[in-house]
Amino acid sequence: MSAAPTLDPGTHEPPDYRQVQSSAEFDELRRAHRSFAFPVTVAFLLWYLGYVLLSSYAGGFMATKVLGHLNVAFVLGLAQFATTFLIAWWYSRRAAARLDPKAEAIKSRLEGDA
Amino acid sequence: MNLTSQPLALPLAAGGAGEHRALIITLFAVFVAATLGLTVWAGRQTKGAEDFYAGGRQFSGFQNGLAISGDYMSAASFLGIAGAIALFGYDGFLYSIGFLVAWLVALLLVAEPLRNTGRFTMGDVLAHRMRRRPVRTAAGVSTIIVSIFYLLAQMAGAGALVTLLLGITSEAGKILVVVLVGVVMILYVTIGGMKGTTWVQMVKAVLLIAGTLLITFLVALKFHFNISTLLGAAAENSGKGSAFLEPGLKYGATATSKIDFISLGLALVLGTAGLPHILIRFYTVPTAKAARKSVNWAIGIIGVFYLMTIALGFGAAALIEPGTITASNKAGNTAAPLLAEAIGGGPGSTGGAVLLAVISAVAFATILAVVAGLTLASSSSFAHDLYVNVLRKGRATEKEEIGAARWATVGIGGVAIVLGVFARGLNVAGLVALAFAVAASANLPTLLYSLFWKRFTTRGALWSIYGGLASSVLLVLFSPVVSGKETSMFPGADFGFFPLENPGLISIPLGFLLGWLGSLLSKEEPDAAKYAELEVRSLTGTGAH
Repeated sequence: MSAAPTLDPGTHEPPDYRQVQSSAEFDELRRAHRSFAFPVTVAFLLWYLGYVLLSSYAGGFMATKVLGHLNVAFVLGLAQFATTFLIAWWYSRRAAARLDPKAEAIKSRLEGDA
Repeated sequence: MNLTSQPLALPLAAGGAGEHRALIITLFAVFVAATLGLTVWAGRQTKGAEDFYAGGRQFSGFQNGLAISGDYMSAASFLGIAGAIALFGYDGFLYSIGFLVAWLVALLLVAEPLRNTGRFTMGDVLAHRMRRRPVRTAAGVSTIIVSIFYLLAQMAGAGALVTLLLGITSEAGKILVVVLVGVVMILYVTIGGMKGTTWVQMVKAVLLIAGTLLITFLVALKFHFNISTLLGAAAENSGKGSAFLEPGLKYGATATSKIDFISLGLALVLGTAGLPHILIRFYTVPTAKAARKSVNWAIGIIGVFYLMTIALGFGAAALIEPGTITASNKAGNTAAPLLAEAIGGGPGSTGGAVLLAVISAVAFATILAVVAGLTLASSSSFAHDLYVNVLRKGRATEKEEIGAARWATVGIGGVAIVLGVFARGLNVAGLVALAFAVAASANLPTLLYSLFWKRFTTRGALWSIYGGLASSVLLVLFSPVVSGKETSMFPGADFGFFPLENPGLISIPLGFLLGWLGSLLSKEEPDAAKYAELEVRSLTGTGAH
């Protein structure tokens, strides 16, 4: 086998991670991840806690009939399922488009760079 | 999630207990034989530590997603949620939502960075940038405590389940079942390691989904695929009218029970991403991308499963007299099997007997698989974090390490058997929720700070793990779960002062606060170079194992 450069510390110097960390390219990757993951996490946690609070303290509103025997409580509960599926799909699409190529580029440079 | 062990008279067994029992035991024996076969086959391919702890990291995203679902959907959520909906209507359904939404935390913040930076355990991630021995010790301790609480609930649940489904009421019979579950799980884990356990989880997940789909389809057929008709019939048959479809029947009783529900909700939504047996599943796939895919599959499978519990729970409420359900089990745990019997043609019919047996065997398979996953998580952490990296200071051969993990499995399995036998009469309802609360208070803050906060230090990590752990365990000790109420573990005593059954509302913010405070107050400067390495690796996958 030809000697593909690896991160094995025995074969070459490990990459300078601080330099990578402060590079514009990595900064972009980090921002792409955080600017999505952090606010979306806050948003779905608030939406979930809001739903729990409504269930506990707004019984009258939750009991309002929407369609047949389906009331607001059910619609909001099913909406929690729907938003969970949607956020998972949305994140994965975004990650594939904006995170994976950047991460891949940095990784292959670091691991290929002997 | 009440898998309480209620002594009961079994209307289930009315038609022909012997015939049911024989069929259930046969189906279950087939499952055990088949999965043990799989385990032996997987064991033959288990050579190094990578195989034992991480199943060789060769599972696909779909396979791991299936296995995650198998690990996550415990008998408590299968029987417990269906039962809670059957008895309390809408409030039972509230439960499942927290369990599902929680997966987004794992997807967005935990799964991929964990896969990129760790090797086998949660402790690996912390050990990156902290002083290794103290944080590994802390991670090992909290992993083992969370898993043991969870394990205890499942083992005690197994004892209760046989009473419910097989009509075995003798103490010796229940002890025998707990011991049997313990021994089979030890075999799974010691022989098959992660590879064997993963296959067991996949088989179980497929069975559980197939069984639930079948019942859901039959219920839907009966109500002409109209959810409003189903809900209406359930409300009417429950005797509670439209209140059955509104929040409040279970958690709305008092101001305290309302706050308790919020506390529980918090623990559920933040606990999942800190459960050790879930975290180690992310190591079984080759890349972070595959870890993401596996969480996506898990969200899809678990979400559909919880949606089907609506049909199960409301179906049971609509088709079975409420008196029959509570007579069989006060907490409603037999609602799903009773529904299977009813929808298959009713007690005494062949269809009813077969469906009841299938659903019961699936419930046993579920317990067995979850218990195996928990044991693997705690023995991995014991061997990898505590034995190799703390006791032996990293100087152990791979062979010694796997040996230690196998012995730890036997030891923890033994502890689980003894505790399970001892706890079979206790009210274990609080234990699963407690496991989630400890995971959310001790593990999640430490993981998130480690991955995303550059000023986090060893002291911060220790404070948040031990602080979150101690506060959640102590608060439960002084809560109505343990003493002061008729339903407490020790109903005769009353030394409680904490009014809530779930400690999450206090202990989770405390865990986060202590991690922050400990870091601010530490004399040690955070290691910038190591954080740089962790951050780059966590986002890019450079140097991932």
